[in-house]
Order: sequence, then structure tokens, then C-alpha cells
Amino acid sequence: MTTTPFSIGKLFKYTILIVLALFFLMPIYVMLITSLKPFDEVSLATMWDLPSTLDFSSYVEAFEKLGPNFANSFYLAIPATILSALLGAMNGYVLSKWRFKGSETIFTLILFGMFIPYQSILIPMIQFLREVGLYNSIWGLILVHVVYGIPVTTLMFRNFYANIPDEMIESARIDGAGFIGIFRHIILPLSITGFVVVAIWQFTNIWNEFLFAVTITQSDQQPVMVALQNLSGSQIVQWNVQMAGALIAALPTLLVYIILGKYFVRGLLAGSVKG
Amino acid sequence: MEKRKKKKRSKDQWTAIAFLMPSVVLLFIFVYGFIGWTGYVSFSNWNSLVPDFSFAGLKNYLYLFGDFRFQADLRNMLFFTLLFIALIILLGLSLAVLIDKKIKGESIFRNIFFFPMALSFVVTGVVWQWILNPSTGINNFLKTFGIEPMWYTDTNILAGFRWGEIEFGLPVAIISVVIAAVWQLTGFALAMYLAGLRGIPDELREAARMDGASELRIYRKIILPQLRPITAAVIIMMAHISLKIFDLIYAMTGPGANFVTDMPGVYMFETTFRGNYYAQGAAIAIIMLLVVAIFIVPYLWNNRRADK
Repeated sequence: MTTTPFSIGKLFKYTILIVLALFFLMPIYVMLITSLKPFDEVSLATMWDLPSTLDFSSYVEAFEKLGPNFANSFYLAIPATILSALLGAMNGYVLSKWRFKGSETIFTLILFGMFIPYQSILIPMIQFLREVGLYNSIWGLILVHVVYGIPVTTLMFRNFYANIPDEMIESARIDGAGFIGIFRHIILPLSITGFVVVAIWQFTNIWNEFLFAVTITQSDQQPVMVALQNLSGSQIVQWNVQMAGALIAALPTLLVYIILGKYFVRGLLAGSVKG
Repeated sequence: MEKRKKKKRSKDQWTAIAFLMPSVVLLFIFVYGFIGWTGYVSFSNWNSLVPDFSFAGLKNYLYLFGDFRFQADLRNMLFFTLLFIALIILLGLSLAVLIDKKIKGESIFRNIFFFPMALSFVVTGVVWQWILNPSTGINNFLKTFGIEPMWYTDTNILAGFRWGEIEFGLPVAIISVVIAAVWQLTGFALAMYLAGLRGIPDELREAARMDGASELRIYRKIILPQLRPITAAVIIMMAHISLKIFDLIYAMTGPGANFVTDMPGVYMFETTFRGNYYAQGAAIAIIMLLVVAIFIVPYLWNNRRADK
């Protein structure tokens, strides 16, 4: 290939990439400038203009409204992430290193749970949660996210453990290590990256989830995404407050992405069934 | 000695199965059992606050298929899914090809296209509702070029003809929702295709180049066929998201005038939890599950066989 540094092709390529990059960044620009404007400046004519002065009052107001729900989301996402990751690691270990007759079928049946529209289990789920007294509670939501998180965490750990050579397990077995010993002394120490990938994936998904949150919890028990959606339900939509709220609600997962983006993408690849 | 090892092994095998059991039992109840229960509710008369499990036959399903709103939902779901997946694949693949060729600032570009995936559909909905609001948003900018689309408030149906209760065709308002969804999830296809492209050995391209094949031909004859399993995975992952979509619509547009942006997921939520038509909501949920299963079950089945 002989291309000069300033070929037309290159110019074309960068133009497309830059235009698309601007399109992808535009919503962030709009969110930032709108949230930093006082309410009377949020208007038709000045939507794209930078704010005349930096005004943080919408952040204060948004945080007053979303603060408790923001905390709820942490109480929800952290335990649910840890529990579903642990269950996934156990299942992935069994389904990759201790296969038995029918284990592939069981795995497929587990995996199907990842794809179902949750609407199809929602009515019995709410009846069940009412029955056991967990309806309208963070604990109820934790239970839901742990159970429906199992398929994807199992898939991720199974793919992850497939890369650990069987010979390692075999030789440990010859040395007399059993199922649990191998898990504790060989598999777990090798699983740190796996746990990081799965935890980031689960945390992001649980933090961002809306359907279970809006149907299972009410007012002061609601996670932040439901509270954010409720902001727009008020009489006059205060766009500056809403944009500030959206940024606050998005901040934890955005930060996780900015700091650990590499693992986020690995999770994405490990979590999609490949043919 | 041999016998003892075998005995130990089988004991460990049973421990392994015991470890798997909690998850199997949980999913058996919460996935399969609950789906069964939803199916049972969908054949009942429970259409008020008070549960009523008397048998209603197909009543709820027949009602839905004659219902203007549900017919509109099926139409919207079809066009949303087609447009959304086509655009995601087109954009994701083009960007992957552009980025794959060792460009300057690769990681910056990648991060710009990936970051919306870290956001919630609710956040995406809130932002795009503002941008595509016909009177406050991007139209202020487009006005200078003399175009002022109605975006998600447009009630026109493109190439529409009457079918059943509805006008069948592409609802213009759906395009706005597609834009927001594509913005959020193009990164997914891009990441998958990038991984796919990097998995193709360089020697393959080099050999073709030596044989005098043009770059375009190399892509058409060598690269694209190699990416086919990736495209299949992207379609499956995106289809199951788009067929059950709820939060993006709910946060961004709601059902819309004449239900131009409504989806089964939104209808199910509103009729069940706002209207207390539980049996009807259950019927919608079962129909959604069947539509998703048509795509997923053959795919999972093939993957399982390939594993052996």
C-alpha cells in the first residue's frame, strides 16, 4: 500500500470519524451547558450557547431531590453485584471444569434466563415479594437482581474459566486436592480479573435498571433512575435541574467506565454468546 | 488405588453438582415457574385489583389482537427493531473498519463511541427528549437550513396503508427513538467487530494482497465472511434488547399521540400496574416472550451443540 500522508482517503476517513465523534459527544455538551444555566436562561434561543455565568444551583436542587435515592442505588447495587458474582463464579467453575452428563443442557437452560423479557415474570414476582414481605424494599430488589443476574455472571465466569488449562486442575487432583480445595487454592486466585469484569458489568446494569425498580419499589425506597424519571413528571419541566439530575445519576457508572473502561469492554465481549 | 481415585472423583463430582443446585433451583422457580404462572394468569379473568383466576380461555389474547393500541405496538416494535439493528450494524462495522486501520487517536475515538453504553436508558431518554424536542431542541440549529422536523411528536405513518385497526407503515416518530437507541448502543457492535477484526490473522490479508486483490475485494471476500458469527451475535443481543424495550420509551416519549412510539413493554407496564388489568398484561408479556424466544431458542440450541 502506498499512501501519501495527506491522501484524500485519509482526509475522508478522519472527517467521518470526527463528525461522528461530535455527534456522540453532543448530548454530553447539551447536558453540561444546560445544567450549568439558571432556569431563566434555559430557553429556545440559547439552547446551544454556553451559560453566561456558571450556576451550580441546579446541581444543588437536583441533589436535594435525588440524594436519598442515590444512596438507595448503592445499597442495592453493591450487595447484588457481590452476591451474583459469587454465584456466577461457582456455577462457572462447575460448568467449565466439572462437566457431567446433562451439564450443557443445564447451562443452556440457565442462559435462557438472560434473554427473557422481564415483563414475563413480573406479575408472579410481585405477588411473591408481597407474600414474603419484601415488596417495596431494597432487599426485594437485591433478591431480584441476584436471581436474574445468575445467567450472565455464570456465562462470563464459564467463558473466563475455559481459559484456565484443564491440566492444572488434573495435576491438583492427583496431588489430592478436592472440588473445594481446587476452587479455593487454584481457581479463586486466578479469578481476580474475572471478578473485576463481572462486578463492573453487574454494577452498571443494576445501577441503570429501571423496570424492576419502578414496579417493585415506591417513593423513598426507589433507586435513583426512578427518581430521575419522576423529575420530569412535575408540572413545569425544569430542564436545567433535570439535566443536572441526569448527570448525577449517570456519574457512578460513567466514573467506573472512565477508570476501568478496558474491563467494561471485556465484560461486554464475555457476556455475549458467540457463535 | 485406581478404584479409590475413581471413588474420590465421583464424590467430588457430586459436590460440584451440589454447588450448582442453589442456582438451578432458583432459576427453575423464578424463570420457568414464574413464566408458567404468568401464562396461567394470561388465561384468567384477573382484570381488576382483586385476583380472579377463573378460566377466561383466549379472551385476553383475542382482545389484544383486535386492539388498536396493541396492533400499533406490534407495528412499532417491528420497524423499531429493523431500523435499530440495521443502523447499529452499519455504523458499528463501518467505524470498526475505520478504527482498525491504525489511526491516530484510536483510543480517544473508541472511548467516545463506547461511553454511552455505561449510561442508563433513562438518562439517554431524558437527554434525547430535550435534544429532539421540536420547539426547544436541535431544531433551533436546523431552522437555519430551513428544516424543522417534528421528531417524536410527528404522527405521520410513512408508506402507510390500512391494516386491521391501524395504519401500517413506518411511524416517523419511531426514528427519533431509533436515533437515541443507536447513540447508546453503537459501541456494542463496534466493540464486537473490533475484536472480530483483530482476531483475523494478518497473514490472510497479506496473502490476498500478494495475489493482487484490491482492498475492497479483500473486505468483501475475506473479512466480511469471517465476521459472520459476530454479526449473528450482535443481531441476537440487539434484537432481545429492542423487542422488550421499555425504559427508553418510557423516559423519552411515552406512548405518544395515536401510540406512534408505544411498544408492548410500555403497554404491559401501563395496563398491568396503572390499569390493574393483570390478565391482559400477562397476555402481552407472554406474546413478548414468544417473539423473543423465536430468535433466542434456535441460537442457544445451535451454540450448545457447537460446544460439544
